[in-house]
Amino acid sequence: MKDNIVKEKSYAFALRVNNSQFFAFVKKEFLYIFRDTWTMIILLLLPILMVVLFGFGISTEIKNTHVAVFDPSRDMATRTIVNRLSESEYFIVDKYLNDISEVESVLKNGDYGMVVVFSENFNENMNRGTAAVQLIADGSDPNTASQLSNFATAIINQWRMEDGALKMTGENNSQFSILNSQLKLLYNPTMKGAYNTVPGVLGLVLMLICTMMTSISIAREKEMGTMEVLLVSPVKPFTIILSKTVPYFVLSLVNLATVLSLAVFVLGVPIVGSFWLLIGLSLLFIFLCLCLGVLISIVAPSQIVAMLVSAVVMMLPTMMLSGLMFPVENLPLVLRWIAQVIPAKWFIEAARDVMIKGAGISAITTELLVLCGEAVLFLVVSMKRFKIRLG
Amino acid sequence: MSKNNMSVIQVKNLTKRFGTFTAVDNISFEVEKGEIFGFLGANGAGKTTAMRMLCGLSQPTSGNGTVAGFDIATQSEEVKRHIGYMSQKFALYEDLKVWENMRLYAGIYGVPRAEIPIVIDQMLASLGFESEKNTLVKDLPLGWKQKLAFSVSIIHRPEIVFLDEPTGGVDPAARRQFWELIYKAAAEGITVFVTTHYMDEAEYCHRVSIMVDGKIEALDTPANLKKQFSATSMDEVFTKLARKAERREN
Repeated sequence: MKDNIVKEKSYAFALRVNNSQFFAFVKKEFLYIFRDTWTMIILLLLPILMVVLFGFGISTEIKNTHVAVFDPSRDMATRTIVNRLSESEYFIVDKYLNDISEVESVLKNGDYGMVVVFSENFNENMNRGTAAVQLIADGSDPNTASQLSNFATAIINQWRMEDGALKMTGENNSQFSILNSQLKLLYNPTMKGAYNTVPGVLGLVLMLICTMMTSISIAREKEMGTMEVLLVSPVKPFTIILSKTVPYFVLSLVNLATVLSLAVFVLGVPIVGSFWLLIGLSLLFIFLCLCLGVLISIVAPSQIVAMLVSAVVMMLPTMMLSGLMFPVENLPLVLRWIAQVIPAKWFIEAARDVMIKGAGISAITTELLVLCGEAVLFLVVSMKRFKIRLG
Repeated sequence: MSKNNMSVIQVKNLTKRFGTFTAVDNISFEVEKGEIFGFLGANGAGKTTAMRMLCGLSQPTSGNGTVAGFDIATQSEEVKRHIGYMSQKFALYEDLKVWENMRLYAGIYGVPRAEIPIVIDQMLASLGFESEKNTLVKDLPLGWKQKLAFSVSIIHRPEIVFLDEPTGGVDPAARRQFWELIYKAAAEGITVFVTTHYMDEAEYCHRVSIMVDGKIEALDTPANLKKQFSATSMDEVFTKLARKAERREN
C-alpha cells in the first residue's frame, strides 16, 4: 500500500517535469522567433509577398500584350479583326507598321509580343479564298508565343464564324488553315494564372516554414553548442525535437490561413471542393514537411548546410518540378521521374484538384497515400539517424 | 550505490574504440565528493571522449563506471539527472535575456515552477548580475557569459558538474573570477570535473590527471606531480609528459 503511494507520487512528478520542460522549451522557441526580426519578416510577410507576386506579377497568363499590325489593305474586314483583337483583354493594338521590313525590329525591341500581317486587298480576296493573315510572335519565349497565337487564332476564328466569312474558301490557304485549330480550356476557362498559383505557393510556403526553418533552428542548436548541453540534460531527445517543431507548426497554420484568405478574397480563387478536405490535406503536408525538416537537421552539421540542403534539394525542385512554373507533362522524361518523389508535387496536385476542380477524397487517394508514405519514411529514418548519432 | 560513498565518480578499465582507433584506452580513477578534479591532456588525447562517456552521451566499448552512484552504461538517464554540464561553447541562448536563460534551464532540470523565480533571484544576487537581468546574453562580455553559463549549469544543485574547457579565450583576470565561482561550488559540496588547456588553472585543482594518447599517464595533487617529475610548474610536468605523445591532432 505504502509502496503504491510512493510510486504514484514519483510518476506524477515525472509527468509534471516533462510538461514543464516541454513548455519551457516551446516558450523559448517562440521568444527566439519573435526576437529575430528577419525570421519574423520571412515567416509572416514572405507568404503574402509570394501570393501577391505569383498571383499578380509573375503571372503566366497573357494580358495586355502589345500588338503591332501591318495592314496594306485597310478595309472593313481587317479593321474588324483588329478591333476584335483590341477588344479582348489579351491584346493592345497600338502600332501600325508602314513597311513589312519593320516587323523584325519591332519584335526585336521587345515592346511588342506579336505582329499581325494582313495580305493586300484582304476583303476582296476573301471571296476568292486568297486572303491571308499571318501571326508573327516572339519565339524567344515559346510558351507565351504559342499562347498568344492561340488566342489570336481563336479570336479570328470567332470573327469568321460570326461575320459569315464562312463563305470564303480559304481553307486551302496555308496561313488560314491554322485558324481551324481550337483550344478548349476546362476548369480554368479564362486561364487565370492565380488558379494554378495558389496551390503551388501554398506548397512552397509550407515547405519553407516547416522544412527550412525547422531544420535551420535545430542545426543552430548544434552549431551554438546548446544541443550538446540539452543532450546531457535529462530532457528526452524526443521532447527536444517535438518542442522545436511546435512553433513552426503554429506558424504554418497562420500562413495557411493567410494564403487561403488572400486567395479567396484578393485573388478571387474559389475553393470549389470541401474546405475541410483541403485543410486536412494541408495538415498532412505540414506534418510531412516537419518530419523532413527534422531529418535534414539531423544530417546537416551546421545552419548553412541545413539551409542549402533545404533550398537546393527541396525548394528548387519543388519550384521547378512541382508544376508551379511549368507543367510537369512538358518536362523531359528523367525530370518527370524525379518529380514523382517530390512531396510538394503530390500536395500541389491534390490541392489543385480539391480547390479548383472540387474533387472529393476518392479522387485524391493516391496523393494522400503517397504523402502519408513519405511522411512515415522521413519520420522513421530521422528517428533511426538520431539514435545512431547519440550512440 | 557505489561501495565507497565518498567517491562520486568511479571508473574502471574504461575503453572507447572507434573502429580500430582507441580513443580512450583502459583508464581507471576515482573522484571524491567536493573535489575539484582537473582532467588534462593535449588535443586528441581522448579527454572529450572520456567526458562524453561519463555524461551518458556515449556508450563505453568496455569497462565500467559509475557517476553519482549510477552506472554510465545502463543508467544514463539517471546520470543525466544528477550532473551539470558546461561546454567550451558556453551554450547559452544568445538571443534570450539573462533571466530567460535561467528560467529555461531551471525548467529543463525540473526545478519546481514556484521555486524558479526564487532561484533566479538568488543566482542574480550571487553573481552580482541584478542590473543585467534583462540584458540579452549576446550583449554580455565573454567572461560574464562564462560565469553565467557556469551558474546555469549548477542551477539544479547537481552532485557533479562537468566543465569542458570552460575558460577558453578569456583573460587571466576573468579566469581567476571564474575559479572563485568553482571554489564556491566545491565548498557547497558540488564535485567539479574540469578539463583545461591552461596550466595555471591546473594548479588550482585539488587533483589532476594527465591523459596522453588515450591513457592516464599521471594522477596526483599538483604538488606531488611537480615533485615526481622534478618540475617547478604544472606546465613543465605537462610538457615532459606530452613529449611522449605519438598521436597528433587530426
